[in-house]
Amino acid sequence: MQQIISFLYKNKYFILFLLLESFAIFFTIQSHSYHRSKFINSANFVSGGLFNKINNFKEFLLLKEENLRLSEENVQLKNILNQRDKTVSQKSIKEIDTVNYNQKYSYISAKVINNNYRKNNNYLTIDKGSSSNIKSDLGVINSKGIIGITKSVSNRYATVLSILNVNSRINVKLMKSDHYGSLSWNNKDYNTVQLLDLAIQANIKIGDTIVTGGKSTIFPEGIPVGTIKDFKTKNNNYDFINISLFNDMSSIGFVEIILNLDKEEIKELEEKSSNE
Amino acid sequence: MNRENINIALLFIGLILLQIVVLNNINFLGYINPFYYIIFVFLYPLKKIDSSFILLSFFLGLFIDIFSNSGGTNAAATLFIAFIRIPVLKGILDKRELEYSSLSIQKLPFYKSLTFIAVLTFIHHFIVFSLEYFKWSNFKIIITKTALTSIFTIVLLLISFTFISRKR
Repeated sequence: MQQIISFLYKNKYFILFLLLESFAIFFTIQSHSYHRSKFINSANFVSGGLFNKINNFKEFLLLKEENLRLSEENVQLKNILNQRDKTVSQKSIKEIDTVNYNQKYSYISAKVINNNYRKNNNYLTIDKGSSSNIKSDLGVINSKGIIGITKSVSNRYATVLSILNVNSRINVKLMKSDHYGSLSWNNKDYNTVQLLDLAIQANIKIGDTIVTGGKSTIFPEGIPVGTIKDFKTKNNNYDFINISLFNDMSSIGFVEIILNLDKEEIKELEEKSSNE
Repeated sequence: MNRENINIALLFIGLILLQIVVLNNINFLGYINPFYYIIFVFLYPLKKIDSSFILLSFFLGLFIDIFSNSGGTNAAATLFIAFIRIPVLKGILDKRELEYSSLSIQKLPFYKSLTFIAVLTFIHHFIVFSLEYFKWSNFKIIITKTALTSIFTIVLLLISFTFISRKR
């Protein structure tokens, strides 16, 4: 027994070395078997990593809701497919039916790891960054409707300027007619946003659906936003129009980032004509 | 004694920051980033091998790993060269030189300190890149990366050692 102890004592540095080295190898192997290792991760270990951990726990609690949302989305997509088979002209009502508009977009899926909705200027953080082709000024949506626009982008994370931000202005239109307005927020209720600059000729009713306008290169036309909750006219103008969002901005799990494949071409063209 | 500890702590933190903030973003020729932080292994009092040195080397590597998303590669490599530092030194120096009470890199003849630095740097880089690629089919890439990055690191180390010895 004493011999074993003295042996261990003599070689204590070697044993410590072996122990730590096996830790290091373990971390290495783990980093190879997962895209993101469990222990040693993240460029922004302090911010991004922490958000990720909190989010993992939250996500687990919200699995049921997330499943429900996905199955709803599945049903909607199946409906679209069926309708396309029968008659192409039939428009479905609430879906993101970019199928009916001939535009070129691709989507990147991401997870929201931090979500503000109670501040004046709200931002979300998503877990995709420039390494996944995310740039600033890209539209962010989920199956229910719009969420915001990407702002600053790091290698693996990006922040999203939420529609619940007093600086946010997004071009929207009425679904039934082509009257355009812009979407803003008065920071009162996180499920209600305001529609500005709508012409009185639009003749809106409560319950009318608002979708994105597609006048910018950020969002495709026809992404759902919400329905008109109430409005007031004054001096032959709309005093205010409140819109209740389809999305519950307080619980957002997975989102899609929209890449406009023609953005470069459009911008180039616009710059060219403004120079002339 | 106390002052020495404080110096080591400052060196530890300073090297992590330098490596993460500046050196990991150099990308010389596209992908070469020197692992300058291993200067810690050369600056720590040479004769000592104790548990705090082993632990510090491990955690130095681990912190670098955390911030550069590299699993445990730097930790493994730094720990390894910390452990073989004295055996390598014994191989390079003769007995008389080892007896000096204040043994330090700056006081060694140039070619001996160069061999010492080069051997440890090369081993460190080789471990880092082999663990990073983790496949023998990438052996060519591992070797080229090791060689190029080693040269960069060794040059930086030599430059800083000439500055340090001039100051004293």
